[in-house]
Amino acid sequence: MEGNANKILAPSEEAVIQAVQSHFAGDVDLQSQKARRISFKAKRERLFELCTMLKDELNFAHCSMVSGIDWVEHMQTVHHISNYETGVLVEILVDIPNDDLVVDSVTPLWEGANWHERETFELFGIDFKGHPRMEQLLLADDYKFFPFRKSFKVGRQI
Amino acid sequence: MAEMWVNMGPQHPFNHGLWTLKVKLDGEVVTDADPIIGYLHRGWEKECEARLYPQIIPMADRLCYCSSMSWSHLYVMGVEDLYGIEVPERAMWIRTITDEINRISSHFMWLAAVGTDLGNFTIFLYGLREREIAMDLFVQLCGQRLTTNYPRIGGVRNELPPNFLDACVRFADHVDFRMKEHESLSVQSKIFQERTIGVGKISAEEAINMGFSGPNLRACGIPWDIRKKDPYEIYEELDFEAAVDNGGDAWSRWMVRLEEIKTSCDLIRQCVERMPKSGPIRVKVPRKAPVGTGMARIEDPRGESMAYVVGDGTERPYRVSIRSPNFVNTSLAKRLCMGYKIADIPAIMGTIDICIGETDR
Repeated sequence: MEGNANKILAPSEEAVIQAVQSHFAGDVDLQSQKARRISFKAKRERLFELCTMLKDELNFAHCSMVSGIDWVEHMQTVHHISNYETGVLVEILVDIPNDDLVVDSVTPLWEGANWHERETFELFGIDFKGHPRMEQLLLADDYKFFPFRKSFKVGRQI
Repeated sequence: MAEMWVNMGPQHPFNHGLWTLKVKLDGEVVTDADPIIGYLHRGWEKECEARLYPQIIPMADRLCYCSSMSWSHLYVMGVEDLYGIEVPERAMWIRTITDEINRISSHFMWLAAVGTDLGNFTIFLYGLREREIAMDLFVQLCGQRLTTNYPRIGGVRNELPPNFLDACVRFADHVDFRMKEHESLSVQSKIFQERTIGVGKISAEEAINMGFSGPNLRACGIPWDIRKKDPYEIYEELDFEAAVDNGGDAWSRWMVRLEEIKTSCDLIRQCVERMPKSGPIRVKVPRKAPVGTGMARIEDPRGESMAYVVGDGTERPYRVSIRSPNFVNTSLAKRLCMGYKIADIPAIMGTIDICIGETDR
């Protein structure tokens, strides 16, 4: 499997947490842990490194979802990464300041993140650095605003 | 010969729903492809932010009319995770049964649609004939054929109607019995074999990397079934095996879904036999959700679907995010179609089981 002899095929939740915390002490915090669910909060600079480690060493072969949240003071991306052997789902939260909406793309690792990142880009305006094709996907090409931001009001509450 | 781009869609007999597949052709051979989606983009996730939590359940039905029960089920599971509430046991059994009926009806709808794509109209008629019984069950249960609006946050809407469980067992037995006909129409047909075997082939490594899920991934030989690997509701207690096939082509995707229909019939029978005969089916939940996040993941008829719900302490969600299996599956169009002839595209994209309602959201 890609020549990595140290790869753990079915790491337990504790093994994942321990491996991540020993390697990224201080930069990646454990948010919460439930059965088959782990939530980390990572610094923006270490996201790609963390994802590479999850994929190459801990056998997280599948990127389930990439989405964004607008917290008004800052933006946030949420990555959900799964392991096929154990069914463990890792959630990675990354805060992004409003004045520099750039984060590393994980598409070079998992091709499945491609459209999710494009979607987050066009709906929130978060730029994914290293993405092969950062273009409009769902919206028309001439949309010049980001409809999922909180500053874009839908009108009335129902 | 000069290469040229051909637009298959937005209105084209092969695509079920409104989307375009742009293909670059060298003679008959596809050399490049570019799927274009977004015609049905309603801003579903943004719409949710303006609504109360229970008001989103009927909207979740509209994500995919073929598998509305799974989508509303997924959404309420996400909200229940946010609230941190336990669902009564009987409600979990009922949800499992309705999910499996939904899986069967969705697969039959797909079977019928792909049957006509491949020129076999009898498959269409026979597929819809079986699906009609599932629709009748849903009408009995909640008065609706497609948009069922049945799951509720904390349980299900109403108690089962009289004799519903007997009707479920009869339905499962009937479908099991009729599967022989469906196999003889498709699997044993030489024309069908020629059109699907070796078409739209993808290796297991590539399928994993590109984010394939559900029956399409299991057709590549990966036994990744969320009902097994990340069990929800009461799937942990049920005895079943995920259907797997090794070909990775259109034929394998067909075989996996046929096998899944049989598995679902078996699961319905197991549930009816073992479920508690009485008990509460719903708990009351407060109007305002706590601050936090809720996450649910289920095995939709089309693959891995996820709901991520963020609550901010009010009665409306701060953000709802949906992972649609077809959103990712459609993005593989280029990889799947390249190198095959244009006449193979209905077989390739048809067997992916595309539903645009959930892809565009």
